[in-house]
Amino acid sequence: MGERTIDQTAAHIAEAIREGRTSAYSVTEAFLDRIDAVDGTVKAFLHVDREGALATAAEVDAAIAAGEELGPLAGVPIAIKDVVVTKDMPTTAASKILEGWIPPYDATITERVKAAKMPILGKTNLDEFAMGSSTEYSAYRQTANPWDTGRIPGGSGGGSAAAVAAKMAPLAIGTDTGGSIRQPGAVTGTFGAKPTYGSNSRYGLIAFSSSLDTPGPVARNALDAALLHEVISGHDPRDSTTIDAPVPPVVEAARSGASGDLSGVKLGVVKEFAEGSAAAEPGVVEAYQAGVDQLVKLGAQIVEVSCPSFTYALPTYYLIAPSEASSNLARYDGVRYGLRAGDDGKRSLEEVMSLTREAGFGPEVKRRIILGTYALSAGYVDQFYGQAQKVRTLIKRDFEAAFGECDALISPTTPFIAFKFGERTGDPYQMYLADLYTIPTNLYGGPGVSVPVGLSEGMPVGLQVMGPVMGDDITYRVAAALESTQETLLADTAPEIEGK
Amino acid sequence: MSTISREEVAHLARLARLEVTDDELDAFAGQLDVILESMKTLGEVDTEGVQPTSHAVPLVNVLREDQPQPSLPRDAVLAGGPDTAEGRFRVPRILDEEA
Amino acid sequence: MTKLNTYEAAVAAYEPVLGLETHIELDTNTKMFCGCSTTFGAEPNTQVCPVCLALPGALPVANKAAVEATIKIGLALNCRIAEWTRFARKNYFYPDMPKNFQTSQYEEPLCEDGYVEVTVDGESYRVEIERVHLEEDTGKTLHVGGATGRIHGATESLVDYNRAGIPLVEIVTRPVPGTGALAPEVARAYTAELRDIVRSLGVSDVRMEQGSLRCDVNLSLNKSGDEWGTRTETKNVNSLRSVERAVRYEIRRQSALLDAGDKIHQETRHFHEATGETSPGRSKEEATDYRYFPEPDLAVMEPGREWVEELRASLPEPPRQRRERLQAEWGLGDKEMQSVVNADAVDLIAATIAAGASASGAVKWWLGELSRRANESGAELGSLAITPAQVAELQGMVDDGRLNDKLARQVIDGVLAGEGGPAAVAAARGLEVVSDTGALEAAVDEAIAANPDVAEKIRGGKHAAAGALIGAVMKATKGQADAGTVRQIILDKLS
Repeated sequence: MGERTIDQTAAHIAEAIREGRTSAYSVTEAFLDRIDAVDGTVKAFLHVDREGALATAAEVDAAIAAGEELGPLAGVPIAIKDVVVTKDMPTTAASKILEGWIPPYDATITERVKAAKMPILGKTNLDEFAMGSSTEYSAYRQTANPWDTGRIPGGSGGGSAAAVAAKMAPLAIGTDTGGSIRQPGAVTGTFGAKPTYGSNSRYGLIAFSSSLDTPGPVARNALDAALLHEVISGHDPRDSTTIDAPVPPVVEAARSGASGDLSGVKLGVVKEFAEGSAAAEPGVVEAYQAGVDQLVKLGAQIVEVSCPSFTYALPTYYLIAPSEASSNLARYDGVRYGLRAGDDGKRSLEEVMSLTREAGFGPEVKRRIILGTYALSAGYVDQFYGQAQKVRTLIKRDFEAAFGECDALISPTTPFIAFKFGERTGDPYQMYLADLYTIPTNLYGGPGVSVPVGLSEGMPVGLQVMGPVMGDDITYRVAAALESTQETLLADTAPEIEGK
Repeated sequence: MSTISREEVAHLARLARLEVTDDELDAFAGQLDVILESMKTLGEVDTEGVQPTSHAVPLVNVLREDQPQPSLPRDAVLAGGPDTAEGRFRVPRILDEEA
Repeated sequence: MTKLNTYEAAVAAYEPVLGLETHIELDTNTKMFCGCSTTFGAEPNTQVCPVCLALPGALPVANKAAVEATIKIGLALNCRIAEWTRFARKNYFYPDMPKNFQTSQYEEPLCEDGYVEVTVDGESYRVEIERVHLEEDTGKTLHVGGATGRIHGATESLVDYNRAGIPLVEIVTRPVPGTGALAPEVARAYTAELRDIVRSLGVSDVRMEQGSLRCDVNLSLNKSGDEWGTRTETKNVNSLRSVERAVRYEIRRQSALLDAGDKIHQETRHFHEATGETSPGRSKEEATDYRYFPEPDLAVMEPGREWVEELRASLPEPPRQRRERLQAEWGLGDKEMQSVVNADAVDLIAATIAAGASASGAVKWWLGELSRRANESGAELGSLAITPAQVAELQGMVDDGRLNDKLARQVIDGVLAGEGGPAAVAAARGLEVVSDTGALEAAVDEAIAANPDVAEKIRGGKHAAAGALIGAVMKATKGQADAGTVRQIILDKLS
């Protein structure tokens, strides 16, 4: 680990602040300076709040000086994906339709981050409304992969992953509907966790697919992610779909995993992921396999499990998510907030609404709205949306059967390394394949993490650990154990970025 | 054989209140076709007697007590509006009675 | 010009089939899915929050009181309460609906399969209820620039979301055949009965003029023995009288079309209060496709049987049963009771009796003088500025001989004018019966002196002539004398 503040993990920074070895203010300033230095190249942020972040940091320092008891991440700066609502700070979902919108309220997660006294550095880039796997569908800017600035940082949460990978933030918030935390984590060499659906609040998370969206932590390692996981999670009376149960002990699990002992742990490998067109590219398979070998060395036992319905996960997802999205995005009509286009005093409301949505939404969003409208329309709803929900049950059963045979499932996080800009935008289906291994977890609702496992062609590869519903702790334990085998965190080996 | 026609895409766009250009119509029809082709594999799955799943953990009777909470200040409500007048949101003339 | 048949010709040739969809706004403290207040008449957009304004990211949480109120309505309408039910999204764009979908219920309503009994002209009809479901109301749109404040001709509209998200219960009947010429009356009687039932539950104020009870009327015609015809749906019919008129108008209009060999279009129509006519809504380019799907932001509901039975035990006596009981208690005939019901005076009279008045006194005031006042001012009886307790007080003063009927009517003037209760008005206006016999005897003496010939006739045994002297005395005392007492004094003096 390097000497600079920005090279430190969140856990170390928090400890240093608590013990008075450094101040929250200087830590926050260091990350803000880093943003100034490299974000011209990486383009991870849509909005930076220097003043607000430093003000929070100053409060933390004052509180510490006054001897107040603070939370475990007090003073540790954080970046938030711009799909999570922040009061008095622009929130756009990377869409033109929300350009200039200043929310009058905070998401529950934002409230919890604020209550934990974490300075908010700013809002990170994403694919518009979190629809995409490369962040190329942002209406504002193209975020680069810090490992190779000619390549995508994954998506939809490319901004949060790139911000952490480029050390512009020690921690970030992401959201994961089909892999939007894990896949960017994998291709940027960072750690990303999608918690159990319902174990944290979606209130104030701009909805893409209500039954799948899950906010979660982005970090450089398992322990940092676990610390943030515990800060943001737990039941919320404002979100009817949150589970009223204790948050799984993920910090404890990450600490226990770091000891490097996995004896007695059974890890399942999904047979169907390795078959035919579902197979990952060879370099990814190689890096992943090396990781599996390490896990075996730590005492884990590998078992092959069959999840036949996973074959249908991709079409199931691309029916459910766009269907819900077509309805969730109906509210962007230029009446109460956001963009209004074509209102020339002559056109009718109907025309103005259509023109507003035409001008405000990008191609991928429109494509999914039309797809979802189709899947819900009379005559098709049973065949498509209805059938997809039943297949979802079958996928859930496959998971439950698998967890009868093992404690967690492992796989590569995504079939390929970060691709070059523009490589897949012309063919939506090729883009959708990026989420092949992450989508089943979203349909099931269980937790999944992506932990850096190695390199292929000089680019990071991630290993995914999937757990049973409310079994988030096992995923952290396995991931932390894998990290313990690496002399240096993969995240620390990224090439230095040239500032612009 | 195309499963979704240009006209059908145009109809869906109208339902979704999306003005689409001719180029977009062509592109979407082609792309949706590929996607729908893949969706069709779902039709092969035997789901006889299978209950649909909507959430990871089934939650039941999540209800709120009838206790008033503060509303937003009106300034904050109207601040986001593209066009407001008399404490309300102004919209152009309305054609339809509904949809 | 729309061709119409006479009503008599129409119902002679066709059989109407009715259907009614009623929306009732619940009077919960808060909205259906958020904690915003529901107070009527607040400044525009002051009762809104991220949820009911559909700000990005906001999520709904269902109001328990609204669910309970819906179950109560279902039970009172003899429905089966679902063991498993959920909300669904009804997708369509409209500016007063912030999310551009309405959170409603689709295939799994809270309550199903009930009925309401109504009586028209001594004949009983059972109106079957298909479903009762819970949804949310829309905001209110003000159309400006047009001549009439209506949507047609308006240049722009202004939207207020205070009403958006208020819980709304929709009650849908099955088609009601077999009412013949009485279809308009049955539609009205059903609506009135439904209103009374819901009001008795205390879950809504069911004020049609305030829009807390709104009706859509479906109607089709068919020749006797034929299959049912194509129906029209007339929206937002907002008074009992309008329900009746809308049915009557559609029967006349549709029968004229059918007679001419034309087809009825399945369409939405609008009712115009001023003319009693209906007109078509804008014809749609394409059929509406609501794209219903289960609401993923809300949990399903499984109303436990224990909970349902608890709610059932809390139901009040059904209005129909209560009316029968009260009719017997008050000793009214069927016709008289019908007048009470038509005047919407059951509760008023019951409350007046509870405040101490006799049944006959209470009925007399509410059906007589007060109904007349309400008619004159075009107001509902219940909205007159006099309380049942005040009516009971007034009747008490009459019973005590402190007021006669004429004075009592003047007291009512004062009460309605906001001058206070009956005793206060009587005191302030000096409207007490003169019971001081000394003063009365002086007035009688004066009258006798002024009318010697009349006095002579009475002395001669023609007691009927006393009326003229009584009139003179009443005039002299400004009506504040008791006519019986005056008569007695006159006869005593002249016999």
